[in-house]
Amino acid sequence: MAIEVRIPTILRPYTGGERAVEGSGATVTELIDKLEVEHPGIKERLLENGEARRFVNIYVNDEDIRFTGGLDTAVADGDTVVILPAVAGGAVSGF
Amino acid sequence: MVLTIDRATHDAIIAHARRDHPDEACGVVAGPIGSDVPARFIPMLNAAMSPTFYEFDSGDLLKLYREMDDRDEEPVVVYHSHTSTEAYPSRTDINLAGEPGAHYVLVSTRDGADQGGPVDFRSYRIVDGEVTEEEVRVVDSYADDAITDAATQQKAEH
Repeated sequence: MAIEVRIPTILRPYTGGERAVEGSGATVTELIDKLEVEHPGIKERLLENGEARRFVNIYVNDEDIRFTGGLDTAVADGDTVVILPAVAGGAVSGF
Repeated sequence: MVLTIDRATHDAIIAHARRDHPDEACGVVAGPIGSDVPARFIPMLNAAMSPTFYEFDSGDLLKLYREMDDRDEEPVVVYHSHTSTEAYPSRTDINLAGEPGAHYVLVSTRDGADQGGPVDFRSYRIVDGEVTEEEVRVVDSYADDAITDAATQQKAEH
């Protein structure tokens, strides 16, 4: 069994249109590094200067990784990882 | 390009924007995948509770997308309000737009529009940083078969 990674519409160009792909690794960081091998370019959309992007949400088994150790959050076979772009905006400038 | 939206949903978006003024209001109108019919109005909490910024709570966001997935829906409309500027996407709106298939609806409650004056209601496509305004067509109701057709087609594809 692998880790199921659910891909949002905006990142499906990197996965050949697939809504979900398989991943592996012991942490979210490792998972993203392995995704990058299969789906070049995707890492840049998830990370910025080695940190998770402010407006991309990553959930491991329904928990936002911001609350579970960030990119160091452990993952294992059978887990489900969901990636969702934040729905955000507004009149303010600077983002 | 055109956004076709029923009167009840159109009015519900405006009512939400007025209710949350002076903070920005936000939400989604979901519809069957591929239908382009905004059928299910889902007002969301603005977790930023700000007059110049909106953001769905991350837990709410996950729940919303899971629910749409289960119902074979997608976000047909993503809406929010500007409360002191025009109903046009800001640079922030453009940078953060993450649903290339959605109609981005903006309403403005400035100049007393929150009190019952006319509310600007405009719709855009935002793809790869490009904004294209589109016509908004408000209808009394959707043609009876618009939603059923899409649902049938969806099943056939599965």
